[in-house]
Amino acid sequence: MERIKTIETRDLAKSLQNGGCGECQTSCQSACKTSCGVANQKCEKADK
Amino acid sequence: MIHQYKLNRYNIVLDVFSGAIHIVDDFAYDAIEMCDREGRDRLPELMTRKYKDREDITGEDIDLIIRDIDELTRQGKLFTEDIFEVNAFDLKERHTEIKALCLHVAHTCNLTCSYCFARQGNFCGEEALMSAETGKAAIDFLVARSGERHNLEVDFFGGEPLLNWDVVKEIVRYARSIEKEHNKNFRFTLTTNGMNIDDEVIDFCNREMQNVVLSLDGRKEVHDRFRKTSSGKGSYDMVVPRFKKLVERRGDRDYYMRGTFTAANTDFLKDIIHMADLGFTQLSMEPVVIRPGEPNGLTEEHLPEIFRQYEELALEMLRRRKEGRPFTFYHYMIDLTGGPCIYKRISGCGAGTEYMAVTPWGDLYPCHQFVNDPEYKMGNIYEGILNTEARDEFKLCNSYARPECRDCWARLYCSGGCSANSYHATGSIKGVYEYGCKLFKKRIECAIMMKIAEMEQDTELE
Repeated sequence: MERIKTIETRDLAKSLQNGGCGECQTSCQSACKTSCGVANQKCEKADK
Repeated sequence: MIHQYKLNRYNIVLDVFSGAIHIVDDFAYDAIEMCDREGRDRLPELMTRKYKDREDITGEDIDLIIRDIDELTRQGKLFTEDIFEVNAFDLKERHTEIKALCLHVAHTCNLTCSYCFARQGNFCGEEALMSAETGKAAIDFLVARSGERHNLEVDFFGGEPLLNWDVVKEIVRYARSIEKEHNKNFRFTLTTNGMNIDDEVIDFCNREMQNVVLSLDGRKEVHDRFRKTSSGKGSYDMVVPRFKKLVERRGDRDYYMRGTFTAANTDFLKDIIHMADLGFTQLSMEPVVIRPGEPNGLTEEHLPEIFRQYEELALEMLRRRKEGRPFTFYHYMIDLTGGPCIYKRISGCGAGTEYMAVTPWGDLYPCHQFVNDPEYKMGNIYEGILNTEARDEFKLCNSYARPECRDCWARLYCSGGCSANSYHATGSIKGVYEYGCKLFKKRIECAIMMKIAEMEQDTELE
């Protein structure tokens, strides 16, 4: 596509099937302690 | 649902429910906007009318861009429907095991920071230190309530946790002694003001703590404005050398140099740069959390300046990255390919369900920001959760719980926001702290723009 470049991202619909293990870090535990964002959380699953 | 924005010469389109991100030119940006606003059916007619006098846009260009939009829609990367809402409340039910505790090992502090949400460490209650017995019982409680979860997090918090250092070490040693038999992996973190850091603390932390959070507000005059000892002396000169030593010896292990900005330093970019110039490379700077109307709180009139600071920060980080002297900023760390799954994006921080704060006496609260609020006392580590009403309220608190979030593009990035912020701003954990939303959305826009710019930088280097 000439005018649109799509960058690689995790497919959220697919993660409905392969996600949800619950092993990832609690969101605000490590740094901010005053807000809740999950975008900067790492997924712990090897087979995403 | 989509979200479009322009930042740092990039036209960016986010497809909310697939998580896809597109970089587009002006013409495609306009076509996608028109398609979103007026619908796909009217697109050929409207585009033809709008661009009929433009020599640089032909009918073929219009056909092509509509075909591209159709193709991305077909692939599930543009205008995707919300397939998650129907499952949202079930998703929240999936895991009710507890996996993280914030241990308030010291409800006392050796600084008297006037902006502290913990009210100088005692959370509006009595000063106290947690006993080793209570700490160990909290570890037992966590192991017993964690089900199949392997990774368990324990943050040593306060007040100032180094005022109860021997107990911190004893709790760590105890947890390590039982983790194998229970098939658990403890990840410890420590949040400290740095006053009592010495060689022994450094060695222990760098061995045992997965992360350390070091409180520094930036420039000396900014840090010393609030972060004072009981005699009124600023703490900057005492803590910076200690932080430097700890970080120097920490090697590749994680830490955060964490600051707070207030109305008194809405030019907080200077403070972040100050930290970077001191040699610290893992940085975080948070907007102050205080009740509305209190001195130094942030207001609507500060927003344009704060937004400008966030944008400038992103550009400065990109410049430094290119120059080979990068630093990270907590809110700009976004992993587009290996980031959180939809379950995490919906269920959020887990306060009150999988994450709890423990007071020096062993009482449980949904998180550290609710401590000593009688309405949200959940129970204790000996008897478990007694306030099931509060727990159930938190269980249903997710990114679909608030009607105000219904049309918000950022809800799968913020996962519904911080319940404590909502509670303090609106009186309900299901309220919306709109000010925080505005800051959050700006940071996500900057973070995504940075990822795109970094990819471009890397391509240039190839």
